[in-house]
Amino acid sequence: MGPALPTRQLVLLSAVGLAIFFGIWTGAAWLELAPRRFLPMPWDVIDRAFKLTETRFSGQTLQGHLVISVERYLRGFILAVLVGVPLGLLMGWYRWLDYIVTPVFDALRFVAPIAWVPFAALWFGTGIGGPTMIIFAGAFPPCLINAYRGARYVETRYIEAAQTLGASGLRVVREVLLPASLPSIIAGLRISAGAGWQSLIGAELIAANAGVGLMMVRGQAALDTSIVMVGMIAVGLIGLLIDVALRGAETWIKAKQGH
Amino acid sequence: MRALTFLLLESGAGMTGADSGKTRLVVGGATIAGLIAAWYIASTTGAIPKLDFPSPEQFVAAARQVVVEPGFADGLLFDHLLHSVKIILLGFFAATAIGVPLGLWMGWSRTAEALINPIFLLIRPIPALAWIPLAIVWLGLDDAAKVMVLWFAAFVPSVINSYTGVRSIDRPIIEASRMLGIGRMAVITDVIVPGALPSIFTGLRLSLQGCLTALVAAELLGAILGLGKVLYQAGLDIYPAMILVGMVAVALTGFVLTALLDVVESRSMPWRKR
Repeated sequence: MGPALPTRQLVLLSAVGLAIFFGIWTGAAWLELAPRRFLPMPWDVIDRAFKLTETRFSGQTLQGHLVISVERYLRGFILAVLVGVPLGLLMGWYRWLDYIVTPVFDALRFVAPIAWVPFAALWFGTGIGGPTMIIFAGAFPPCLINAYRGARYVETRYIEAAQTLGASGLRVVREVLLPASLPSIIAGLRISAGAGWQSLIGAELIAANAGVGLMMVRGQAALDTSIVMVGMIAVGLIGLLIDVALRGAETWIKAKQGH
Repeated sequence: MRALTFLLLESGAGMTGADSGKTRLVVGGATIAGLIAAWYIASTTGAIPKLDFPSPEQFVAAARQVVVEPGFADGLLFDHLLHSVKIILLGFFAATAIGVPLGLWMGWSRTAEALINPIFLLIRPIPALAWIPLAIVWLGLDDAAKVMVLWFAAFVPSVINSYTGVRSIDRPIIEASRMLGIGRMAVITDVIVPGALPSIFTGLRLSLQGCLTALVAAELLGAILGLGKVLYQAGLDIYPAMILVGMVAVALTGFVLTALLDVVESRSMPWRKR
């Protein structure tokens, strides 16, 4: 690989890349390779996004659907973090817990989170509970794995020092393992946040009474591609925001711990 | 994934000596056996309502119904399985055959990176499952729509990890190979690809997982055959035993496909110690 490109060339090439992408899209729509409702112009999508913020579609405006989705998401994600991280840390310390949880976890790991949808709908309905369970199923494993790994890789001398000074098991977990494995935990949260967000969209597409996923499915049923695309863009943007926020937290913690 | 299993097995053994692996096996086996016993007792005493979760007998009966005869959701389990695996492999190979070379090229050439990266950054944040409605509008409920969704699910991780793989190769190795005068093609086949291979396989594993998830979701939204169809129909009929059979089938499929990829991985990199 060559040296880094000069900024001017980089900007130019990036602009060319984007121009090719939007050029092909607009060109294909202009040539009417597909009817406009199937292949809208880029500005049709923007226009539709603005209209959706004013008029309701499937019971909510665009921002209404987004608020519902984000609320469900936070519920499931926070639940996964609150269960997964402590459990992972404790498994890193108490070997018997590790022995008990690991085989169960390994057996469940290969079930794709989205395959829980029928049970989730049966047990918790399609309002808040069902989708929350799917988000949990998607976000829980990375939380647990990274907290466990982080706790396992803590240097023994820190643990020994704490024990010499008379710290109990739970205190070691809370005051040594937790801070020492924070970077690994945050890295796990980033993976889990992405997995949870994707699971939420899946759950809302299949079984939900509101939310941005439902908006997309209704748009699909109405054969209105621009609504579907607005949904995709909104989902992508929120996913990006979540990741940027967690990346910020990651940098902050690393700086604070002096890495 | 294998790294996790490795970690779980090895780190315990390292801490207490040789017989802790055995303890792990015994405690683990006892836990699973205990859970199955608890399941049996709870469902026969009615502690778990039959409408929420099946009893072991119902599970076996449902498994027999779909595996042997008369089938469920328009087919035997084998038909559903074959159909799902076919689509997974189609989507997986179609995506990685483009994604891996593209990622390698972006890692290798700064110009290619500058040109392609902005487009890739637009596609990357969109979760694979969010492509499903678009795929259905464009291609209907056919297999083609599913392949399109799986393509996006597998494409993104294969590009990212191939790219990272090239970028993680030590510069001096590339420079040394050039200084020793090997040709451009040889740099790619003998230095870049082998150097990036561990990362490429990380990507392929993520791609495979993504394909499985995306396929189940796409089939839950509408399919003629497939494991997701089994889950969908079982959910619609409120048939908990069949839901469980479907989930077990999905998990086993994921397990077998990942194991196959592991075999390919260790065959492709014989120089790596396991």
